[in-house]
Amino acid sequence: MKASQTGIFKTTTWSPGPGCHGGCGVLAHIKDGKLVKIEGDPDHPMNQGRLCARALAMTQYIDHPDRLRSPVKRVGKRGEGKWEEISWDEALDLIEAKMKKIREDYGPESMVFNVGTGRDIYAWISLLAYAYGSPNIMFGLTGQACYGPRLAAVITVQGDFAVFDAAQWFPERFAHPGYKVPECMIIWGYNIHATCPDNLFGHWIIDLMKKGTKIICIDPRLSWFASRSKYHLRLRPGSDSALVMGFLNVIISEDLHDKQFLENWTNGAHLVRKDTGKLLREKDLVKDGAEGNFAAWDPNRGKAVVWDTTEVAFRDKEVKPAISGEWEVGLHDGRKVLCRTVWDVFREEVGRYPLSEVEKITGVPAKDIHDAAVFYAKAKPAAIHWGVAVDMTPALTPLVTGITALWGLTGNLDIPGGNVFARFAFDVVPYALPGTKGAIRLKSKELDEPRIGSKKFMPLNKFYWRCQTDMTLDQIFTEDPYPIKGMWIQTAGIMQGLGMDPKKWKAALEKLDFVVAVDVFHTPTTQYADVVLPAGTFLEKDSFRSWWVPLQTINKVMTVEGCRPDVEINFELARRFDPDFKFDTVHDLYDDILKPSGMTFEELQAKGGRAYPPDGSSSCPYLRHERGLLRADKKPGFRTQTGRFELYSTLREEWDLEPIPHHEEPPFTPVSRPDLAKDYPLILSTGRRSPAFFHTEHRNIPWLRDIDPDPTAEIHPLTAGRNGIGNGEWIWIENWMGRARYKAKLTPVVPEWMVMAAHGWWFPEKKAAEPSLYGMWESNINQLIPMNEQGKDGMGAPIKHSMCRVYKCKPEEVNHE
Amino acid sequence: MSKTPEFGLLIDYEYCTGCHTCQVACAQEHGWPAGMGGIRVNEIVQKLPHDKYYLTYLPFPTELCVLCKPRTRKGLDPACVQHCMARCMTFGPIEELARKMKEKPRMVLWVPK
Ligand code: SF4
Ligand code: SF4
Repeated sequence: MKASQTGIFKTTTWSPGPGCHGGCGVLAHIKDGKLVKIEGDPDHPMNQGRLCARALAMTQYIDHPDRLRSPVKRVGKRGEGKWEEISWDEALDLIEAKMKKIREDYGPESMVFNVGTGRDIYAWISLLAYAYGSPNIMFGLTGQACYGPRLAAVITVQGDFAVFDAAQWFPERFAHPGYKVPECMIIWGYNIHATCPDNLFGHWIIDLMKKGTKIICIDPRLSWFASRSKYHLRLRPGSDSALVMGFLNVIISEDLHDKQFLENWTNGAHLVRKDTGKLLREKDLVKDGAEGNFAAWDPNRGKAVVWDTTEVAFRDKEVKPAISGEWEVGLHDGRKVLCRTVWDVFREEVGRYPLSEVEKITGVPAKDIHDAAVFYAKAKPAAIHWGVAVDMTPALTPLVTGITALWGLTGNLDIPGGNVFARFAFDVVPYALPGTKGAIRLKSKELDEPRIGSKKFMPLNKFYWRCQTDMTLDQIFTEDPYPIKGMWIQTAGIMQGLGMDPKKWKAALEKLDFVVAVDVFHTPTTQYADVVLPAGTFLEKDSFRSWWVPLQTINKVMTVEGCRPDVEINFELARRFDPDFKFDTVHDLYDDILKPSGMTFEELQAKGGRAYPPDGSSSCPYLRHERGLLRADKKPGFRTQTGRFELYSTLREEWDLEPIPHHEEPPFTPVSRPDLAKDYPLILSTGRRSPAFFHTEHRNIPWLRDIDPDPTAEIHPLTAGRNGIGNGEWIWIENWMGRARYKAKLTPVVPEWMVMAAHGWWFPEKKAAEPSLYGMWESNINQLIPMNEQGKDGMGAPIKHSMCRVYKCKPEEVNHE
Repeated sequence: MSKTPEFGLLIDYEYCTGCHTCQVACAQEHGWPAGMGGIRVNEIVQKLPHDKYYLTYLPFPTELCVLCKPRTRKGLDPACVQHCMARCMTFGPIEELARKMKEKPRMVLWVPK
């Protein structure tokens, strides 16, 4: 017989596998049904032949001896690590029966569906949860503090999200005729090149730097970008919002803002009443006037004129409203009230942050803030990109809307090389991020009623289709207003990564009647499940992605016996739970979701698996607000309540939250808690990204573990010296909640006042059974971070800034394994 | 087979981000177990005046680097070079690479074999 040939197949990365938010083109070399090699696809516009260490290690991942290859049923107690292999039929029948029983006895909302970050499965977990009838899809992080809050905050004031422009919207990339390389880029709390989060290829920024982009790096650590930046603003964690106010202060007071954008596209001219401090609305001016219409001052007519939000225009055409000033306005009830413009209110708030004050709060020298702000404002074009540091603080919305105002007021919105709108390719929405409605929906509004937190937190109520995580955890214990009886956990590490205060999560999981976990490997989390289902990697499934551009297929290039792709698992169960389920095959489902693109899954595959939206569509730049490409009514403007870019958030006003950016000191900092600072003098930050791992994943992949073998804590050599700690020694990081063991890495990349502890650590090589739980209690920094400190809008949490002390482990406490 | 070196790897270490792709690409290509391989990435933190520091990553070809002979013979780049996320590695004849070194500073030329 002829030796078998190696076939080379193209597909697109996503989880499970490299863990990232995906999108790279790869060539999978398959021989006798096995993956023998994987390479970057040189023809793919996103990565152009390059590939990260994690994707390159797929051969060790896909054939890993510890990979789950059969459904298993728990036979011992939860946490005992005793399992029995069962068939897929048996597993699915068991799950169907148990979950149907919960639905009958307690209602569908009593099942929570938990998912990890940026997975391929957000759409498919929605498919399952919604077919079952539960609105409670939970991203298991406190305050959902990763990405979603940032999106929600931007959408609140801008209607659509925006990201830096690396010409990713065009197949010809940088050669696109209209494209410009940003002159300046602000990288805000982001080590993007390590892991490619947020569906961006991190090294695009390095490509831009080679083309001349200069960097402003905002980061307490001396990151790679910081080393190569024109300005490195080394702020104290948690003070970001003060810094953005400082930037705005410099830009506005030095008159560097874009007046055209301010006057033509923002709600800067709208009027705010001095008596109530609220926006003047049409209903104040005219009896029966609309609550949703606003007003501005027309200096020619000498009166307030109505801004009609349905028309996205002034009621009387030809109005050139005043952008600044104070006037007496007559209300319909005969009263007269003093009003001033949003722009004046905005400027007044910004004026509360002179650089001397901002220096005090942030620790960044006033001169550096000034020079960086001027450089950013004068650079044309300039872009900003931000990492999860902006979500991982309770007052994330005042911070994020401040940064949004920066790119708006400098005229960098949706211009080549600026911050451009990020829309799902062809408006195909399988995966409803905040602000969008996915193609997969609950059957009725009534089913959404019990969604946890949706009454209390308005972003969740309005456009963020998740349950509030901290409240969900509490409700498992309180059973108020209804009991939670089961959890479906799919590719999520609630114990070892996503869950802060993991002891509380453990107790919660132990309390539930029925837990299913779907994963590629056993993890500390799967130990609390009743049934564990083995998922397939991205190489083992047909799927697609539209997050953001291009629209791409993921092509099944192989199968691994015993494993099933997440989507197929969920599809099968959704069919069993929903008597009206309308699809026969997964491809039918894909074709349905892909409808707005005008292509079926197979047609898209036949096109090479990739399609770019053409100019003139809502998902292709530039200047879409001017061209009427953003709104359903095709009018120029934004998808906000006013149709304008809102410097003053009308939604936030309606929600009784501060409508304007500002600084709020987070709950656990030396400034807010000087009492704690006596015992815990160091700022504890976590989450520094490693190129070897994606969060809790890949500790079991030999090539990757070799790169980053131990849980490390970065400590400045002087701080280490003061605490008697040598390089490579094992230490305890401790605060009032608990402690975790780390290997000290003495390095001046962190400031003297800060410790950076790696996150997501567990040890797949250790025992699964409790109390070891793969060693997860040893080095899990989340034990020092609380739940229930989310922001006022239910989003954001203090993950990047807590407080701690450090000391050396005793010899007997050191891990010799 | 000639004993005098002909080819080398030019590293533009200004842009090496320490992504470790080269390490894993090499291990995959040549089947090295973890801990072995043709290239290793180093981190260098240098103190500068005024209490400033500079962070550099530098890939170093080890005893095991064979310059991907089987690939380059076919006209392909070495595995590390193709996949390098920062595109900061170039393979080629030594003279050509040495000439390239005149184009910008912060480069190093390795001739491992
Ligand atoms: S991490 Fe980056 S390089 Fe690796 S597969 Fe994901 S997007 Fe591609
Ligand atoms: S692949 Fe390139 S950027 Fe990454 S570590 Fe190696 S040389 Fe540096």
